[in-house]
Amino acid sequence: MKITALSNAKVGSAGVVERIDLPEEVSHHLAHLGFLPGTQVEILRRAPAGDPRVYRIDGVEVGLRNETAKHIFLKIKKEDAA
Amino acid sequence: MSCHTTGAVLDEEVIEQPPTPVGPKRLRTVALIGPPNCGKSTLFNRLTGLRQKVANYPGVTVEHHSGKMKSIGRSDLTLIDLPGIYSLATYSEDARVAVDVLTGKMPGVPRPDCVLLVLDATHMNRQLMLAAPVFSIGLPTLVLLNMSDQLESRGGKIDTLALAKELGHPVQLISAAQGKGLDVIPEFLLRAGSKPDDGSRPVQLPILQSAASCRNWATQVTGRTKYQAPEAALWTRRLDNVLLHRIWGPLVFLAVVVAVFQVVFTIGQPLSDGMGIVLTNWGAHAALLLPDNWLRLLLRDGLWNGVQSVLVFLPQILLLFLFIGILEDSGYLARAALIADRVMRAIGLNGKAFIPLLSAYACAVPAIMATRTIENKRERLATIMVAPFMTCSARLPIYTLIIAAFIPNTKFLGGVIGLRAMVMLSLYALGFLAALVTAKMLNSSVMKASPAPFILELPQYRWPTPQGLALRLYDRGMLFLKKAGTVILACTFIVWVLSVLPIHGAQFSALTSSYIGHLGHWIEPVIRPLGFNWKIGIGLLSSIVAREVIVGTLGTLYGVDPATHSVGLQAALRHDMTLGGAIALVVFFAFAMQCTSTLAVVRRETNSWKYPAIQFAYMTVVAYVAALVTNQVIVRLF
Repeated sequence: MKITALSNAKVGSAGVVERIDLPEEVSHHLAHLGFLPGTQVEILRRAPAGDPRVYRIDGVEVGLRNETAKHIFLKIKKEDAA
Repeated sequence: MSCHTTGAVLDEEVIEQPPTPVGPKRLRTVALIGPPNCGKSTLFNRLTGLRQKVANYPGVTVEHHSGKMKSIGRSDLTLIDLPGIYSLATYSEDARVAVDVLTGKMPGVPRPDCVLLVLDATHMNRQLMLAAPVFSIGLPTLVLLNMSDQLESRGGKIDTLALAKELGHPVQLISAAQGKGLDVIPEFLLRAGSKPDDGSRPVQLPILQSAASCRNWATQVTGRTKYQAPEAALWTRRLDNVLLHRIWGPLVFLAVVVAVFQVVFTIGQPLSDGMGIVLTNWGAHAALLLPDNWLRLLLRDGLWNGVQSVLVFLPQILLLFLFIGILEDSGYLARAALIADRVMRAIGLNGKAFIPLLSAYACAVPAIMATRTIENKRERLATIMVAPFMTCSARLPIYTLIIAAFIPNTKFLGGVIGLRAMVMLSLYALGFLAALVTAKMLNSSVMKASPAPFILELPQYRWPTPQGLALRLYDRGMLFLKKAGTVILACTFIVWVLSVLPIHGAQFSALTSSYIGHLGHWIEPVIRPLGFNWKIGIGLLSSIVAREVIVGTLGTLYGVDPATHSVGLQAALRHDMTLGGAIALVVFFAFAMQCTSTLAVVRRETNSWKYPAIQFAYMTVVAYVAALVTNQVIVRLF
């Protein structure tokens, strides 16, 4: 299984969070939205301008800029379904 | 007869009994806590009957609100609404406030005797993470799982008894929106109040547990209690397919913004006109009851004219707040933030600044308070500095007055789009542009951009409740009326008195030879290049208190004619001002910082007079220059 940055994963694909390389106060906030190692993430859609993108994690939809998402790494479980 | 007597005796006996069992320790304060967007504000309104902003966006409740728990018959208890927070780890100001209140360290706020913890039942894994740190504070806590209606309708399940056993605290499923399951709250309060307090309660500071361990614990608990998360609401996904679509998304966004202004005009204007006619008639009839002397002049020409020329804008302001309310409560505002983030980033502002800036379209004061959700100090300051450029509702009165008086009611595209609405929209755009340029300037000089992340939770779409919208309108309407009855009344009174004094013999002064006439003529050289006459100058001076005061002042100054109402004021202005001066006036108002409340709140939030002083000077200079250029250009063109 390949590991990739969240910002590089295709819309429609899904994976499991592997690690988060962000300053503590950012990763703390993300953790409370569900971004923790071992949690399943789905890349749901992109904002009209392409960035930020919307991720679905644990039943919640969260918008993140690519500049943040590129520091979150996941193990891809499902390639683009569409 | 005998029955009657017996009844009376029974009644007496009932009265003589103690009303409620009072325990050794009396409850006084109850804290309401929960993550952002869990429906806490709705519950707060349910319990207190107090009006508070209810919005479907994380992080709107920044101020701590409190109210007596009247709605459940416990007026003796004060409910404190804490900011919505994910954890007690004090990375943000919100969490610091919550911890300070819960531990009794907040000055002026008594330590709560018990806690109502509100969690969104549709996202238990995540929401339970807040429970552990809250329990560790050691106060009696009732866990309320909100949105039971959504949990059930979307096929979710939870065993509240098992959960209560796991948590060691009572648990209840409720629906704050529908008012279901709330009976448990007075019961809990009664029990918490009658429990003997042996003083052995563990007083410990909240343990800053790591998010991962909180999460593990939460997942284990929900697993053991057979929690089944509900299916995602399909229609939210489907709606977002359109509203966040690459092409349709921005188009809908623009259409929504244009439609709001169009409706505020096409529906609001006739309502305002009608209200103007009614108010003038009232004034005229009431004036006949008064003796024909200075008192009648003061009340009718001075006060009534001034106040009613502001009051007529109530319908438009309410309409604007209705639309902002619908956008916020439905959840569309978060989508708008997602669409707008690209623009916000271009000027170096955090995406979170979008919400304060958008609410600054209603009023800069709550907007500046809402900037507390921005963790980064410098970005927060930049947002505070640019927020007053957004077109707040206090600018509406002078905008609508000038537009109605000077802009022809031309329609384009078969009557769908009107010239007046377009002019109004460009004034809004102008304020936005000023905010952009200022933010960019701040960003590239004093405040260098810093990598604060944009993390935006997109809530499910919800139908805004009529009750929530009504409370919001009532709140805003009363605020506006109070202002009209106090600040504006006082200003128009002063303006009127100064406009008839000094008394020559038994006669009032003519306007030009009055005190205010002298003052006006004295400042006229400064504002003449902008195309303003001295009456406008007096209006500008008086509106430093609040923007809408200028309309009241002009109403009073032009109010020598007994038949003056809004329409009369329009005619008077058309006669007394050039097109250049009129447009320059609204341009001046687009930029100028004419609001003491905003200055006061900036002082409070930045804890220094430096920033409000800079802001006032900067905005006034920009306004003056812009109005000067506008007038000079229009004079040369036409």
